[in-house]
Amino acid sequence: MTDRTQTGAEVLRALTPGVIGVLLRRGADFASAEDAVQEAMVEALTGWPSGEPRDPRGWLVTVAWRKFVDAARSESARRGRELRSYVERELGPVADEDDTLSLYFLCAHPSLTPTSAVALTLRAVGGLTTRQIAAAYLVPETTMAQRISRAKRTIAEHRLDRPGDLSVVLRVLYLVFNEGYSGDVDLVAEAIRLTRRLAAGTDEPEVHGLLALMLLHHARRTARTRPDGSLVTLADQDRRLWNVALIAEGVDILQAALARDRIGEYQAQAAIAALHADAPDTAQTDWPQIVDWYDELLRLTDSPVVRLNRAVAVGEADGAQAGLAALSAVDPGTPRFAAASAHLQEKAGDLSSATRLYAEAAAAATNLAERDHLTLQAARLRQQLIG
Amino acid sequence: MAKYLLLKHYRGGPTPIRDVPMDQWTPDEVHNHIQYMDDFATRLEASGEYVEGQALSPDGTFVRYDGEGRPPVTDGPFAETKDLIAGWMVIDVDSYDRAVELAGELSAAPGVGGEPLHEWLELRPFLGEAPTVTE
Repeated sequence: MTDRTQTGAEVLRALTPGVIGVLLRRGADFASAEDAVQEAMVEALTGWPSGEPRDPRGWLVTVAWRKFVDAARSESARRGRELRSYVERELGPVADEDDTLSLYFLCAHPSLTPTSAVALTLRAVGGLTTRQIAAAYLVPETTMAQRISRAKRTIAEHRLDRPGDLSVVLRVLYLVFNEGYSGDVDLVAEAIRLTRRLAAGTDEPEVHGLLALMLLHHARRTARTRPDGSLVTLADQDRRLWNVALIAEGVDILQAALARDRIGEYQAQAAIAALHADAPDTAQTDWPQIVDWYDELLRLTDSPVVRLNRAVAVGEADGAQAGLAALSAVDPGTPRFAAASAHLQEKAGDLSSATRLYAEAAAAATNLAERDHLTLQAARLRQQLIG
Repeated sequence: MAKYLLLKHYRGGPTPIRDVPMDQWTPDEVHNHIQYMDDFATRLEASGEYVEGQALSPDGTFVRYDGEGRPPVTDGPFAETKDLIAGWMVIDVDSYDRAVELAGELSAAPGVGGEPLHEWLELRPFLGEAPTVTE
């Protein structure tokens, strides 16, 4: 996907944060600058079918600045105030500074809720239109527009020039990636594009760890679902469908990150994904090393979800009984607890417990694909028990 | 980022705290109640959490397939149906706690004498998309 030809819309989207930066340096406030660039984007998307201008960035800067000045004029007229000086300011040449990094920080400001940060990042850094973001998250366009303007009001008093919290930026990008996609915008691909761009501007190993994690999971996309949308678990995936180029890229990025010797949770998760990617099937997977990485992950972030996944890996490395013993130390309220118990009980040969637990897991599933998958597991085992 | 359904029942929930049927309220009380619901929706639109809302007629018909070449069978409406849904609102919020908070606010809609109804609302999470990362 790196050498794919970019479409006009993708070129535009990539230009968005830079153009916002130009307006900011000319004295515009973030909220107005971002609105003006969004309007220019929408105009470009609808008004360029006959062919894009030779200098799309120059076009965007000119149109966005005009929109900003118009908005500032009508605002000052409405308030009966003098027009601020920047409107008549002589415009110098457009400097090629890159403010993209500070925009990532601003849009994922810790004062924002995750939902708002995601929406704002997709618009101001990702260059998506409000309509596209609304469609992707299945909410009305007016709701998404309000969510974005509210987010901008929240961060209005924060300045762009201070470094923000990188871990929040990464969390936001991970959320975009992990929530999948709907509508006409592929949010998984969008998350990878935004993380790639962030990685290009920073040496921080966790940024590269997150990028590697995304690439390694994205590589399995085709194998993960059947044409009808039903789920295929890792053990049953046709590994010939995995994207070898993406895996190679993910592994390279991960190795370079690990070599910096500043481990973090995304690098550890990527290492687990890389070990899966490296194996021809589940039987030949290096489960002991996967368990080691889960232990590392537990040291970094003691979460019940990690403990649960570790118990499943222990079940593969040391047998079902060891897995069940590890699971007994996990909080039963953890998401997918029943599903993990069912899997381990089946492996241990207790089919009637497994059947009951799969049915219980299906009732607790938070998405339809998982519920259908777990219901089928329960049905399959029940037939086996009767048969 | 999770969607929830706020379900309003005519019947079928826990025992109501205040149980005066709406047709016995004064016109002002009815008006204030409706106004509260509208304002609530408007407020959620402004906070970027509103997805949609609908009200349903109480007259439901049960329909089922009756075999090849035969028209569907209909039955009802049943005056005594235990569970009767009055309408719903769909919200898109950051957390379960936020959904509970909003349901609580909606349940405070005024009824007789302008007092909060304390109406039971049912909160149901939507099944979402399968996540990309599961291991």
